[in-house]
Amino acid sequence: MMEFLAMGGYAPYVWGSYLIMAGLLVVEMLQLRYRRRSLLAWIRRMARLRAQEEKQ
Amino acid sequence: MSERGIQWFRFTAPANFYDLAGRLIPWFAALTIALFAVGLYLGLVVAPSDYQQGDSYRIIYIHVPTAWMGMFLYVLMAAYAAIGLIWRIKMADVMAKAIAPTGALFTFLALWTGALWGRPTWGVYWVWDARLTSMLILLFLYLGYMALHAAIDDRQRASNASAVLAMVGVVNVPIIYFSVQWWNTLHQGASITVTEAPTMATIMFVTLLIMVLAAWMYSVAVVLARARVELLERERNARWVQERLEGGTK
Repeated sequence: MMEFLAMGGYAPYVWGSYLIMAGLLVVEMLQLRYRRRSLLAWIRRMARLRAQEEKQ
Repeated sequence: MSERGIQWFRFTAPANFYDLAGRLIPWFAALTIALFAVGLYLGLVVAPSDYQQGDSYRIIYIHVPTAWMGMFLYVLMAAYAAIGLIWRIKMADVMAKAIAPTGALFTFLALWTGALWGRPTWGVYWVWDARLTSMLILLFLYLGYMALHAAIDDRQRASNASAVLAMVGVVNVPIIYFSVQWWNTLHQGASITVTEAPTMATIMFVTLLIMVLAAWMYSVAVVLARARVELLERERNARWVQERLEGGTK
């Protein structure tokens, strides 16, 4: 296991590449999910406000 | 208008695209996970060390896929931008805009992994040679496209202006590809070409292909997801959006 993590002495370069890639892909997906959720919440809020106005 | 014409527009209609993309995304996501799992296992565990570079060469399994995706996605983005500009199809602009951040991300990752591979093999993180510089320009083209699209308030004008930028910038892609032949550079030539057998061991070649496929599937899933959000934003007052929200989040 330690040998695997050491990557023949190239650990900072190999893991620095793989982990940054994994991290950025996860950030991209989370950012997209956040954008979608806040937009849906906004659209719902607007729909509720419109419905209330129509009742009055 | 002919029957075929109507059918064709059906698929570009926002509501149909929204539903279809929503059904496709889970499949592309599942393929992404499966391919990355196999590719990472093969690349990090099964494939042997390189006799010259030791384990540092394993960066190739993400460096090449990210670099290819950066270039592929740019051409795809420019093609959608051109379709949007010439035929005034709004969905094409949505797609082009949805591709840009993922393309920029992959281009950045190609530069990043390249720097981390360059240090142990060349002794430097960065050199201003043709391949590296043209790849950096690709990143700036993506960022410029996104900035220009965001900077203009009028949607049609933003779409047109950024489409022109995307189309002009496409000349950079063949420059990147042929840079290692046209100029004397530190970067090695292509290891994989369409016309010749690959100059690497079979296990390495197969692993690389799997990682490239994984990056493709990831890109399709994320771009479709972003296009859906973009559509929701643009059409938030349309009846089809309201209908879908009443039936629960889809």
